[in-house]
Amino acid sequence: MSAITPEIISKHGITPDEYERIKSILGREPNLTELGVFSVMWSEHCSYKNSKLELKKFPVTGPRVLVKAGEENAGVIDIGDGWAIAFKMESHNHPSAIEPFQGAATGVGGIIRDIFTMGARPVFSMNSLRFGDIRGDSQQSATNRRLFAGVVNGIAHYGNCIGIPTIGGEVYFDDSYSGNPLVNVFCLGILKHEQIARGAAKGVGNPVFYVGAETGRDGLAGAAFASRELTEESKEDRPAVQVGDPFREKLLLEACLELLASGCVAGIQDMGAAGLTCSTCETASRGGTGVEIDVNLVPKRETGMTPYEILLSESQERMLVIVKKGEEDKVRAIFEKWDLPYAHVGVVNDDGMMRVREGDEIAVEIPARQLADEAPLYSREAAPKKAPEPLDLASVPEADPLTALETLLAHPSIASKQWVWQQYDHMVRLGATVLPGSDAAVFIVREANKILAASTDCNAIYCKQDPREGGRIAVAEAARNIACTGATPLAVTDNLNFGNPHKPENFLQLREAIEGLAEACRAFDTPVTGGNVSLYNESPAGAIDPTPTVGMVGLVEKPEHITTQAFKAAGDIILLIGEPGSELGASHYLLAVHGRKAGAPPQLDYAKELAVQNAVRDLIRKGLVKSAHDCSEGGLAVNLAESCLSGNLGAKTEIPGTRADVVLFNESQSRIVITFAPRHASEILDLLKSRSVPHTRLGEVVKDPTLTIEATGKTFAWPMEKLRTPFEKTIPSLMSWEK
Amino acid sequence: MKFAVLRFPGSNCDQDCVLALNALPGASADFVWHKDTSLAGFDAVIVPGGFSYGDYLRCGAIAQFSPIMQSVKNFAAAGGTVLGICNGFQILCESGLLPGALVRNKGLHFVCKHQHLRVESTNSRFTNSATKGQVLNIPIAHGEGCYFADDATLAKLNANDQILVRYCDATGAVTDAANPNGSRENIAGICNETRNVFGLMPHPERACDPALGSTDGLVILQSLLTAEPAKAS
Repeated sequence: MSAITPEIISKHGITPDEYERIKSILGREPNLTELGVFSVMWSEHCSYKNSKLELKKFPVTGPRVLVKAGEENAGVIDIGDGWAIAFKMESHNHPSAIEPFQGAATGVGGIIRDIFTMGARPVFSMNSLRFGDIRGDSQQSATNRRLFAGVVNGIAHYGNCIGIPTIGGEVYFDDSYSGNPLVNVFCLGILKHEQIARGAAKGVGNPVFYVGAETGRDGLAGAAFASRELTEESKEDRPAVQVGDPFREKLLLEACLELLASGCVAGIQDMGAAGLTCSTCETASRGGTGVEIDVNLVPKRETGMTPYEILLSESQERMLVIVKKGEEDKVRAIFEKWDLPYAHVGVVNDDGMMRVREGDEIAVEIPARQLADEAPLYSREAAPKKAPEPLDLASVPEADPLTALETLLAHPSIASKQWVWQQYDHMVRLGATVLPGSDAAVFIVREANKILAASTDCNAIYCKQDPREGGRIAVAEAARNIACTGATPLAVTDNLNFGNPHKPENFLQLREAIEGLAEACRAFDTPVTGGNVSLYNESPAGAIDPTPTVGMVGLVEKPEHITTQAFKAAGDIILLIGEPGSELGASHYLLAVHGRKAGAPPQLDYAKELAVQNAVRDLIRKGLVKSAHDCSEGGLAVNLAESCLSGNLGAKTEIPGTRADVVLFNESQSRIVITFAPRHASEILDLLKSRSVPHTRLGEVVKDPTLTIEATGKTFAWPMEKLRTPFEKTIPSLMSWEK
Repeated sequence: MKFAVLRFPGSNCDQDCVLALNALPGASADFVWHKDTSLAGFDAVIVPGGFSYGDYLRCGAIAQFSPIMQSVKNFAAAGGTVLGICNGFQILCESGLLPGALVRNKGLHFVCKHQHLRVESTNSRFTNSATKGQVLNIPIAHGEGCYFADDATLAKLNANDQILVRYCDATGAVTDAANPNGSRENIAGICNETRNVFGLMPHPERACDPALGSTDGLVILQSLLTAEPAKAS
């Protein structure tokens, strides 16, 4: 084996200090394979070395938390009656930038494995996607369209085949993501409390089994690849992108659930980032044991693979299973039933070592706990805080509201995403009772007889202007979306997408956003159950806008509480709960109409926000509310337009205020528009008055398919087609094959 | 009435079919594994949706060789009731139990949405509860659902009244705009000449609960229950 030179060390992304630490852990120089093992385990992707000190700020406990963040592959939350949910969000940004179809597909595969590794049956997926602008004829926008189409196709390919519905999510387009798209995928599974599986190598002498796809050279050191900035040369890293096989994963999923139900399993861990390396040392570390495997026994799809390659491969659809001694034959029978390759590759021992043999030779011998859990932690230098410049309204010429609303509806971030979600099988498993396109997805989990609501949210313009406020609002908006469906928020997973943390301004964004998220999670009583950190999201043009995406899950008590955003009947009263608002800073109106990202984002007040959400949820539970829709990008005008479009009804409204564009498009927080039958007006108004929740009657739903808004003494009217065409045709026409 | 719901390794609508059938009074459903060979005791066979063996080749191309499919062929030949849904329709075509083939959607994308169907014939054990011309709202979810057959086969299907459902709009008009995948003559589902084997791309099991937006799938499932009992193999 070649000698370890400083060049080799630096190529592995290991700093001289880290190398010294490795030597002191081993009490000797590492060999090349061991260096490779350390480099992937101590990459940001696996060790969170640049973010862990910040992540400790999240609230992670609560009465419903059964498995805490970081303890296992995914957190587990109690939902009552002996049932629990495991859910998590994870990114596959870098692979998707290089190879969008496989990058996104394997992202879906990875998050699904994280869920069934917990013993849960995955029941639905969502995703949060960001691309550069897809409009225009430039080379860059053509690339962005290609990435968008490829990612959606990859998610559809994997999710549809494995039969897990993709029921919602979000897609935004902004040039900060050109060359570095974000692909954050979310999966949720259902299990009984007693079915929680652990990724620990328990029981000295227990055999260690490998099951699933054969190991190849694909995805070599993908975790390390994901922990670097993207450059022009990144295309040469294409071998670091894995290839997904959803059929194999379906077999693995069914086999593992059957295996876990059989009671033969002492511990189980998927091979995701850092593959066999990560699964062996993590299970040993969690079990307080050691694991010894022989790479000669690992099923391989290529010949001549070295221990280095086998350990660092990120081939997909593989699991490591610690079997209870004596149950080997039962386990073999289940793998054979599902036609899965498997091998008995090793044993649990008591010396705390991750030991990898190649036949008689020892290739790796590293203390498992130090490798898995004692990566160096860094608190990087943060740039000094700067308050965002407040928006000078005088610098914003007042646009014609008629065309401005059409422009907003035609902005790809706001326009209908039907083109996306029609490609996903969102109906399999008979649960999608609120289809994609409303505030939050609502899903009936048949096996548990429970109804869940789920939403993913992040407004990256807010985060760019003020990461702390943006983080707070991401949580608040997710909770608001959940409230609009009639559900109570339970918990949060997050996916923190940022630039290179070595740059002080990026690290400041990371720290500020985390502190904002953490504070809001406390305010909404939604502990963080886990998630993912994706740093180094930079292309040659610079870092992305900070994007701390929140995935929140809520519980709907009764089917009759399920509420959607669509207007339901002419004559219903339209009521704004919350204040009309006036904050135009960091708004989509400024971006879409004036081409500016400017000003401070709206300010969130927890007391107001909670009062609004609680009022709406309580009114829904009293059976008084016909529709509920939160105000977000594009303000009240876009809110009303969306409810008209989805209900195929018009509205006649009047909104108070002094400047039309501010009245229509401001993005002040803590606002929900509800509709209800006139006979319920007094009951609703009494409740709001008794709680001092501000509210304004905006008008009523009308049969005439026209949205009419009176503001500042003027009347603005949009016949439905004026709204429908930009909203529904924008993305299909940009993405049509003829283009 | 006892239904066998086949379970190929990549089936993913098998559980949904069992759930929908078991909710019907008079029906019970059980899984039958693809490596099994017996259909004894079952009155009808459901070939469910999914990606039978991954379907990386042609959809259903490998499933037709599975051990259970030989039994399904025998069961059908003896007059037994066989319903293929989505991937099941593809498998029945690949197995030669139904004529024609299902190819890539015209738009090249996978399409999942609610879809209107017009009942073209009530002369079958799958559609006898419907009225001719009735418009059903039943979801589709497929990437390769474009029905193709040559002119001679189409003429025969029409002459024998084998086309049971066509894609249409909400008013029942069979138009190009209402055709979600480019199927010839808007064909959504056909039966064999002896009318005991039916395949369709839409998913009746996804339209059996008002919470999912439609209960029109029950028209097809309940037709099966009111039909004359099929001969067991």
